[in-house]
Amino acid sequence: MGKSSPIREQVASVAVRTVNRLSRLSRRGSGTVVGGRVGMKIAPDLVSSLTSGRCVILVSGTNGKTTTTSMIVAGWGGSVTTNETGSNMPAGHVAALVESKNEHVVLEVDEGWLAGTLASTRPSVVVLLNLSRDQLDRANEVRHLAERWRKALEAHDDDKLVVVANANDPLVVYAADVRANTVWCDVPTSWLADALSCPQCTLAISHVGSAWHCTCGFAKPVKVTSVLGEELVIDGEALKLDLLMPGEFNRSNAAMALTALHCVDVNLEEAIRRVNAIPSVVGRFSVRRWNGHVLRLLLAKNPSGFAAMMATLPEDGSDVWVAINARVADGHDPSWLYDVPFEMLRGHRVYCFGERRLDLATRLDYARVEFTVVDNDSLVPTSKETISLLANYTAFSDWLARSEA
Amino acid sequence: MTTICILYPDLLGTYGDGGNGLAAVERARRRGLEAELVSVGLGDEVPDASLYLLGGGEDGPQRLATDLLRGSSFVSRVRDGANVLAVCAGLQILGMTFCVEGDDEFEGLGLVDVVTLRGERRSVGELASRVDGQLLVGFENHGGRTTLHGVDALGTVIKGRGNDGTLDGYRTKNIWATYAHGPVLAMNPWFCDEILAAVLGAELEPLTSVADQLYQERCRVLSA
Repeated sequence: MGKSSPIREQVASVAVRTVNRLSRLSRRGSGTVVGGRVGMKIAPDLVSSLTSGRCVILVSGTNGKTTTTSMIVAGWGGSVTTNETGSNMPAGHVAALVESKNEHVVLEVDEGWLAGTLASTRPSVVVLLNLSRDQLDRANEVRHLAERWRKALEAHDDDKLVVVANANDPLVVYAADVRANTVWCDVPTSWLADALSCPQCTLAISHVGSAWHCTCGFAKPVKVTSVLGEELVIDGEALKLDLLMPGEFNRSNAAMALTALHCVDVNLEEAIRRVNAIPSVVGRFSVRRWNGHVLRLLLAKNPSGFAAMMATLPEDGSDVWVAINARVADGHDPSWLYDVPFEMLRGHRVYCFGERRLDLATRLDYARVEFTVVDNDSLVPTSKETISLLANYTAFSDWLARSEA
Repeated sequence: MTTICILYPDLLGTYGDGGNGLAAVERARRRGLEAELVSVGLGDEVPDASLYLLGGGEDGPQRLATDLLRGSSFVSRVRDGANVLAVCAGLQILGMTFCVEGDDEFEGLGLVDVVTLRGERRSVGELASRVDGQLLVGFENHGGRTTLHGVDALGTVIKGRGNDGTLDGYRTKNIWATYAHGPVLAMNPWFCDEILAAVLGAELEPLTSVADQLYQERCRVLSA
């Protein structure tokens, strides 16, 4: 395949749109991946040429990518090009970039694809949220991922790139402190189990209050953005977070989204109003109906996501539904269920759904949580209360599809 | 009191390995036995225990855990017959040498005559092996190729790779080692009970739980 030419890229762009439209019409797919693959076969540099001259913000990390991406899009205001379906690898980026030509672009990027996407899109800002164990059968080891991020950031030759990074996640700090132009965010980060030993020297990191450091000198950087409850301070400017979406993790996501917008000179007063008003993101946190039940859909894909989501549940002993699959997009290995602090669900009865409901039930049994394995959906007792349904990736998509608004 | 001790879960606990301690303690308690679960963190002394558990970890933490164990009472305790279940990185650590960060050879604890080299490719996927006529099921995710020298394997691989595509883990008088995480004791109740019985030196009453259904389902899927 030779070097791309403008004509070749125009042909490729048309091909992307045509194939994706056919894919959607034939209902063979969501219409965001196949076309992108075809386009990149025709013009390998398609992502570069499609982002050239546009102002790009990238968002990556284990948890909160889709939500933070949506917050940046909403906060920016006006027309923004984004991969809102969560197709976060190059084919999905291409599909989003050919569909609309807006100057402002926000792309969610799979953690494993950050290096290539940095090089091809040459973004103004990259937001690095957090790194923790997730889909280890696909990504292998999380420290290795931090090392790859660090190498990519070190190699990136655009001095104007601003990195917006989580100062409370030692793995993210390890990756981002190679850049001179990093804006650190002091945001609540509850999951630290993957960075108890120093990413630089492997000795134990000591945490004192909100500060942390290692004897080798590796330590929490000086903050610029901080969130304390609903008070948000960005670069000295005090703002009030009043999100419709629940959870401390969403306040962290919002703080980082708004910091990114501040870096591209967006007015924060206006941006925060738009971010506060987001009711749900691609079905996450939405209230749906199914078979006479009222369900609040919560996506939780890995131990840190589950821990954060369980902390938002009401403490009234109400029933909780949990659905677990282990397909490709979920990771084939459900051993992570033992890293989830399911003991938090003691006092609730948990109904176990999904293809790996027996793995879940076994985990709950060892955690001494009351459970019911649901082999037949029609036998679940109906309750008048809204039930929280926690589901991992493909299980969440299944429940979103089978329920109604 | 039966004490089950997880060693350095901060370093060796990548694949839900804490579940092995949980399963062992729960299965003992449900039979009316007194059992406690303790974990050894960085800087802690290794206490006396009926069973030590070693899990999987990434290269750097695996190296650090090996050095910490080398300088602790763990080595003499195991030489004197203390019981150990070692999974994945734990399996490698007890051996003579293993490879980390590329092909760098690192000295293990030398408690078992096994050597681990870097495999040609990573072994990632479901693992099933036959152990004394029973199936042991789990999931493996490692880059090692382990060779046994005069040590018995734990099982014969029927799906996945294990040590070398043929054998999985090893078994000595007081050590059980496997590449299967899962966690392996949670998914294989018979294996958990066999280790508990050996550790306690007593026969255990049968115990029925949802883990039996999970085990049967995984056996069906993996032997299909």
